[in-house]
Amino acid sequence: MKRFIPETRAVNVVKRFTCDELAELLTAYLEDALDQPSRDGMRAHLSCCEGCGRYFEQFRATIKVLGDQPPEKLSAPVRDRLMSAFRERHRHHS
Amino acid sequence: MGSFEGGGLPPDDVVVTALRAGDEAMFAALLDTWSRGMLRVARSYVSTDHSAEEVVQDTWLAVVDGIDGFEGRASIKTWVFRILVNTAKKRGVRESRTLPWSAFEQDGGPFRDFGAARGGQADLAAAWPTPEGEALAAEVRALIAEALGRLPPRQRVVITLRDVEGCTSDEVCEILEISAANQRVLLHRARTAVRGWLADYYESVKQPE
Repeated sequence: MKRFIPETRAVNVVKRFTCDELAELLTAYLEDALDQPSRDGMRAHLSCCEGCGRYFEQFRATIKVLGDQPPEKLSAPVRDRLMSAFRERHRHHS
Repeated sequence: MGSFEGGGLPPDDVVVTALRAGDEAMFAALLDTWSRGMLRVARSYVSTDHSAEEVVQDTWLAVVDGIDGFEGRASIKTWVFRILVNTAKKRGVRESRTLPWSAFEQDGGPFRDFGAARGGQADLAAAWPTPEGEALAAEVRALIAEALGRLPPRQRVVITLRDVEGCTSDEVCEILEISAANQRVLLHRARTAVRGWLADYYESVKQPE
């Protein structure tokens, strides 16, 4: 039994989270904004709770699809107007 | 003058010196690199695509006029985006006086994850399909655009900068002048809401087994 080695005792101070608490902390977890016991607690919960594991995957999938929006650009007339304005300004200043 | 494609923009001092010297290629590179994010951010505050484009245009004109006064206390990108946010906010306030809806509703009370299937219940949180087909991917993109439009403005602007445009949290805090904790709360609420809508969508298109 490993019950008495220090590492094992450290596990006892790992913070425990309910599923709701875990869901509230996912962004903080992803931003690396949690202290060590909380981070360990998140990992422990995620590794043994299938529902939260899936929820976490969905959360990450959401972030991924957000980054997949089609590119936008200024319309050609507006872009042309801005380039002219930039040119004009420099002409007046030089 | 070299192209910036693929290589990103040069350091701020190079950019600022070039702008002050009237380097058109540099100005064009900035326009093409940042305007797409600026359009999206502007849309968080104003009601139409046309308004958003005018906000972006006014912002660039202010940048052109103000570049000599830029002091380098923030990065050039942060400076440009701050001008953008202030311009968009002013315009949004003006529009909300004349339009039947307000762009400045509250962020909402205590947040509830109202989408289907949240964590903690393995039988409810279904695995999502990978949007392999182009049709599904296009539908998801359209859904995301719509979802962004349903978020309260402060959440919308944060998730747009972070997850759509890929800004760092430090950049977002500087642009919006908010604390890291506040940024995180707004981002988390926005992500949770979007996940909920996506979950509803996947639930609705689920193939019967």
